[in-house]
Amino acid sequence: MSTTEIAKPVLPVLEDYAPIVGEPEILELRELARRLAGRRVKMVNSTAVGGGVAEILNRLVPLMEEVKVPTHWEVITGGEKFYNVTKAFHNALHGVPYDAAPDGFETFLATNEENRRRMHFEEDFVVIHDPQPVGLIAERDPASRQHWIWRCHIDLSNPNPQVWNFLKPWVERYDASLFSSPQFTRGLRIPQYLFYPTIDPLADKNRDLDDEFVRSVLEQFQVDPARPILTQISRFDRLKDPLGVIRAYRLVKKYEDCQLVLAGGSATDDPEGAAVLAEVEAAAAGDPDIHILNLPPWSHVEINALQRGSTIVIQKSLKEGFGLTVSEALWKRKPVVASAVGGIPSQVIHKLTGMLVHSPEGTAYQIRFLLANPAFAKVLGENGHQHVKEHFLLTHNLKRYLVLFLILLQGD
Amino acid sequence: MRNVLHLSGRPRLGRGMNLFMREDKPISRTVTAALEAKRAEQPFQFMAASYLIRIGAEPVQTLGDLAKSLRNCPQASIFYHTFQSLEAHHYTSFSSDFAQWALTACNEASLAEQLAIVDLRDIVSLEDLRVILADIVVDYLKEHPQAADRRAFEAFYFCEAREVTVPSGSPAWTLGELAEGIRHLGHQSLHYHFINSRLRLQLKTNDFSFWIEHSLNHPWLAARLNRIDFYNDTLDDLRQDLLAILEQQETL
Repeated sequence: MSTTEIAKPVLPVLEDYAPIVGEPEILELRELARRLAGRRVKMVNSTAVGGGVAEILNRLVPLMEEVKVPTHWEVITGGEKFYNVTKAFHNALHGVPYDAAPDGFETFLATNEENRRRMHFEEDFVVIHDPQPVGLIAERDPASRQHWIWRCHIDLSNPNPQVWNFLKPWVERYDASLFSSPQFTRGLRIPQYLFYPTIDPLADKNRDLDDEFVRSVLEQFQVDPARPILTQISRFDRLKDPLGVIRAYRLVKKYEDCQLVLAGGSATDDPEGAAVLAEVEAAAAGDPDIHILNLPPWSHVEINALQRGSTIVIQKSLKEGFGLTVSEALWKRKPVVASAVGGIPSQVIHKLTGMLVHSPEGTAYQIRFLLANPAFAKVLGENGHQHVKEHFLLTHNLKRYLVLFLILLQGD
Repeated sequence: MRNVLHLSGRPRLGRGMNLFMREDKPISRTVTAALEAKRAEQPFQFMAASYLIRIGAEPVQTLGDLAKSLRNCPQASIFYHTFQSLEAHHYTSFSSDFAQWALTACNEASLAEQLAIVDLRDIVSLEDLRVILADIVVDYLKEHPQAADRRAFEAFYFCEAREVTVPSGSPAWTLGELAEGIRHLGHQSLHYHFINSRLRLQLKTNDFSFWIEHSLNHPWLAARLNRIDFYNDTLDDLRQDLLAILEQQETL
């Protein structure tokens, strides 16, 4: 099969993962799913494209269907005012001061109520992703056998109390909550489970590509394959600290003739993206070795090629949910320099599967070390690949959901 | 850094070591051939085991708090951070979560070592294990009182594993069928049968050895399997060691 074809008309099926995770894991998934025969699932989030949640659901839902656990994915709708509020929520839950309009809470609840009336909740399991749709849960009927689950993809370790105190009573109506790291939990009265996010090794963003195609993509974006390439893949968001990445690059550039690629896009639920992109472009002005690529959401193969073509992948986030781009880079055996925030330390074990950093200066320091020690960088990449294989692949996510549903049916 | 080596494999059994030795004495071909053909009185039923991690509500911030929490946390947490964590620690220095936290978050290397060297193969009761671990921390803090209230770099979260098991595959009636089943077990199921089983059986053994001893009546082979050092194995290493022992007789 050619690895350079852009369009893949057929989604992978479960058996396609057997060469990666082993046939026993596939057989166990089918056996677990068989125990759920006849049960139905609904997944709800706030955007169909852009961001890690949509990517996970795009791949997870077809596999749930394949193992005969019918799963329906719905996206809530809302106006600009609602998304400005939820963006403010998102930032506030990461510890930033809450700056939405005074009637933000009312806007939030009204939009959730509109969606709740529009949608139908007849499934056995309803999984609500992140805070935006958390208000879809109504008063619970104690006799109901329906199970509501809140999947939190963001770091709640230091939330703005005004916003968290507003959301918490809604969250505690659920039967269970799912977090990407123990450090993200809030001591809820409902069960809190550990759910690592995952990547799909067969998706366009992660599947193998041949070297010629990788080179052609680099050249398409006028990146020189002959010189070291430092890359950060993330949407243009202040919490990803793109300006800090540029600062780190400039510190490295004093000693190494390297290039920087900042590639990403904007999710439809992120109204700040354009402003951040403008800030980044201004900071990079005049340096032909900084490549700022504002890519459309369907650029998965190009992102894959950029990661594979990179010498070092950076993820210098100030706050992070889990940071799936780290797992993507590790899967491609790339040495990663990443901030010790959010779920990144679960993926990057310092000096074993990558390098953890705490500042732009530290980022530059570790990049210079890896550029000077390519054999060590290679070991990090190999370890990182194995670490992802054991914990952060899509099949693990499917298994966790199947086990969760079985546990809820047993009455945890 | 020793664990990095696991990723690219490691030497299996030592050179010159006969896989079929009864207390260091070789077993004859006749005996092993008969053993291969022998059909058990009761079959071995493989189970597919899967786990979900439940995170406790109250994190621990100091070693003093850890000592208190070890006395009253759920048994399931003691189990998770010792037996269960053996599965996940291919990279870290210690296989016990308590030891790893004492080292990396509290910078107490000596305490970490003491917590790590508790040999789970000698443990048949979680209450016994709880007392051993708690006493280690309490005794250490008596000697190092300044460490009791020092805030760790990061909190320790007590977790528990929720287990789901379902019968899986065809039952094994012979050693050959047992080996074939082991070859097709997932990681978590292998862990369930070989490591978690020690507490379930309340004996210092594993499911495979228990079956071989009681249904095939071959205690020497059961003991041989039980001597595999799962502390220094990844689960794939463990599987290969098991298969090497079980399949040896097919080549004799």
